[in-house]
Amino acid sequence: MSEHAEHAEHEVNYVKIWAILLVLLVISILGPFVGIKVVTLITAFGIAIVKAYLVAKNFMHLNIEPRYAVYLLVTMLVFMLLLFSGSAPDIMKQEGRNWVKPEIHVEAQAPAHH
Amino acid sequence: MAESIPADAMHAHDDHHHTEQSIWSKYVFSTDHKMIAMQYMFTGMAMALIGGFMAYAFRMQLAFPGIDVPGYGTVTASDYNALVTNHGTIMIFWVAMPVLIAAFGNYLIPLMVGCDDMVFPRLNRLSYQIFLLSAIVLIASFFVPGGGFGGAWTAYPPLSAKSQYSLTALGSSFWLVAVALEFTAFLLGGINFVTTAMNARAPGMKIFDIPIVVWMIVVASILFMSSVGPLIAGAVMLFMDQNVGTAFFDPDKGGDPILWQHLFWFFGHPEVYVVLLPAMGITAEIMCVFARKKMFAYKTFLYTTFATGILSFTVWAHHQFVAGIDPRMANIFTVTTLLISIPIAEMCFIYIATLYGGSIRLTTPMLWALAFVAEFLIGGVTGIFLGASGADIYFHDTYFVLAHFHYTFFPIAIIGTFAGFTYWFPKMFGKMMNDTLGKIHFWGTIIPFNFIFIPLFVLGAAGQHRRIYNYEHFPELAGVEMQDMRVLATVSMLVMLVFQLVFFYNCFISWKKKQKDAGKNPWKANTLEWTTDSPPPHGNWPELPTVYRGPYEYSVPGREEDYFPQNVPD
Amino acid sequence: MRPIATTRMAAGIPTGRLAIWWVVASEIVIFGGLLVSYIMHRLAKPEWGDHAANTNVWIGGFNTFVLLTSSLSAVLAHKAAVNGDGPKAAKLLYATCFGACTFVVVKALEWNMEISHGFTISSNTFWSFYYTAAGLHGLHVIAGAIIMLIIAETAKKNLELHRVELIGIYWHFVDIVWIFLFPLLYIAK
Repeated sequence: MSEHAEHAEHEVNYVKIWAILLVLLVISILGPFVGIKVVTLITAFGIAIVKAYLVAKNFMHLNIEPRYAVYLLVTMLVFMLLLFSGSAPDIMKQEGRNWVKPEIHVEAQAPAHH
Repeated sequence: MAESIPADAMHAHDDHHHTEQSIWSKYVFSTDHKMIAMQYMFTGMAMALIGGFMAYAFRMQLAFPGIDVPGYGTVTASDYNALVTNHGTIMIFWVAMPVLIAAFGNYLIPLMVGCDDMVFPRLNRLSYQIFLLSAIVLIASFFVPGGGFGGAWTAYPPLSAKSQYSLTALGSSFWLVAVALEFTAFLLGGINFVTTAMNARAPGMKIFDIPIVVWMIVVASILFMSSVGPLIAGAVMLFMDQNVGTAFFDPDKGGDPILWQHLFWFFGHPEVYVVLLPAMGITAEIMCVFARKKMFAYKTFLYTTFATGILSFTVWAHHQFVAGIDPRMANIFTVTTLLISIPIAEMCFIYIATLYGGSIRLTTPMLWALAFVAEFLIGGVTGIFLGASGADIYFHDTYFVLAHFHYTFFPIAIIGTFAGFTYWFPKMFGKMMNDTLGKIHFWGTIIPFNFIFIPLFVLGAAGQHRRIYNYEHFPELAGVEMQDMRVLATVSMLVMLVFQLVFFYNCFISWKKKQKDAGKNPWKANTLEWTTDSPPPHGNWPELPTVYRGPYEYSVPGREEDYFPQNVPD
Repeated sequence: MRPIATTRMAAGIPTGRLAIWWVVASEIVIFGGLLVSYIMHRLAKPEWGDHAANTNVWIGGFNTFVLLTSSLSAVLAHKAAVNGDGPKAAKLLYATCFGACTFVVVKALEWNMEISHGFTISSNTFWSFYYTAAGLHGLHVIAGAIIMLIIAETAKKNLELHRVELIGIYWHFVDIVWIFLFPLLYIAK
């Protein structure tokens, strides 16, 4: 797709883009049937990124918008990456580190319930 | 495809401007940015009175436990929780934001960039209406069964998520809905501010000809829009936890309460800069005008602001050092937190450099602006201790923290607002305020303010914890010396509240004055809002201005007058 | 009616479109916050893959197809509006609305089925995220459809044709959110 002219807004064949999107959709649905985890991840998320790129570029016309519109949206995504990297160490490893350990928790709860 | 008609052609003015309007369409359902600004301003001030009254009630309880507070009655323990929670929520979300961003933003952006209104006037009106609704919902939360929400303005779950803990099933949901509505209002407002400043500038106004205060409000709006999303998502999740039976934040069922803290503070820390930056901008405007000097390092100031904005997204977990977060992450957040004091300090140096060698006039607005810098510095410097994760383990949740953020938020929300209000009052109403009364009010606010919070620093350093209803129950905190300091803080607060009457009296007599004595440009300032009538008519100018230079050309050599308005050709 | 301010274009993008980019930007962080929360949980808890196995990939895939197709009609409506053909743009917007209705109806049937199988919003945190994320997205679909109907009414009379593009940009954004929700909720098992 990348060799498409950057400034050919109204010459983009929207139906063709749509057809490509549908093909990608079928691949992403069929991906898990291969049964290999890496392949599933690529067909699921790799293709999602490609689809989002196609829609943003051709349907939202980000390719002909002034550059700062793209930078704005990308900045928001970077902030989300920041949120992820700042909180993931806490959220993804929670057992016994930042909250009451399960066994203690059960004891503390016991009198309240029974 | 509305492009290709950018010229300020002859249209637009004829249709609706000169028709007689009913009271409803003029004051309540107006789409005029100045009227909406006034609505925000006075709603914010009314909320400030409510928030101040709450502070009065719980400070009385702390100084004189169990007393029958005049005008309130006995403060019970659950009352106390609801009062401190809503005091914090109101002062940040219903006072600082509507006054500093929405009121000044609405009033100043179109006037300062030289256009006739915001780009989306009806969206603007909708924004205020949603904001008003949110304020009503918040106040209503006090009158539902169970009373107002008492889980602190940070609303940490599981306390906020489960009604068997908070005991305010309805109150906490009302609180959450009010906050969500308020965010919606400011998202709409923020889009309007940013778009107006980006697109609707007067012909000739280049990007570095925009007055600093407009820049600050725009950057603040951008910070708000890009940080509030996770908290909106979090609010949806918390609302579901409260009312639908999900367990996003319930560790019993696989949720994680720390997640809320991350979502909250990812917004909550940039929020500090959201309210700080407009106050910084107001101060910069006032200092240039009353020092009669060009702003020192305009561009550096801007770049510093951008740096602050970006850095403000990387510091949020310093609120969570004792929440059991990963200690290695705490190290990183300590470093970023200390880093962010550099651009802010740089901005303060720019203020001082602007003042240096100027012919300073100590009018009331200038006093407020100088006080802003002085008091905010104390708030900033005490933040260094709290930003270091080691020291914070001791200081966390003590009155040291409380005094620290009051030393930042009070200058922002109160001093900054008074600075801006007294400075632009002649433009808003066409009449000058009484300078003597203004100065009495100034000293009567600043001196008691320091007497409130310096004792609280000392108490905090001595280990006094926040959010405690009655210190008599804690032998090591109930000593006579500590109690004396609590009384000192409370009495100072009473004095400060009394002096606010001077302000309202001053507003009232100035507003009642017969003749409009302000004229177009009483302070001899350069920016565009001073080139139109006071108060500006609907549409702001008979003919929209063109801009020829930057906003701070004061004392230009070789010019007879010491100011050079932006719209005067060379 | 419209202030002069609205017709200015100092930033090089027409005011309406500039505002829509800011809307999209602030929506990115709203959905971003929710999805980041989900992804962190999902990565830390492999057992959620078993919960996700109970979602129906074919229904999700069909809904993806519906949204992609409605995006196509939205962009064709924009093209018609650029050519000044208001009535055609309105028809294509109605087609997009039809897509939105199909999406919501299919979603309702799907949820109905899942709830009858015992997978409710409070079953566990995976299902909580499943219903919350899809529900928030569904609200955007419904809101977009309503706005689109209003815009189609004016576009029919060849008025305010620039609005067709604005709702289109929003609609493509809603589409993109679903493009990511689909693998997150349905495919990754």
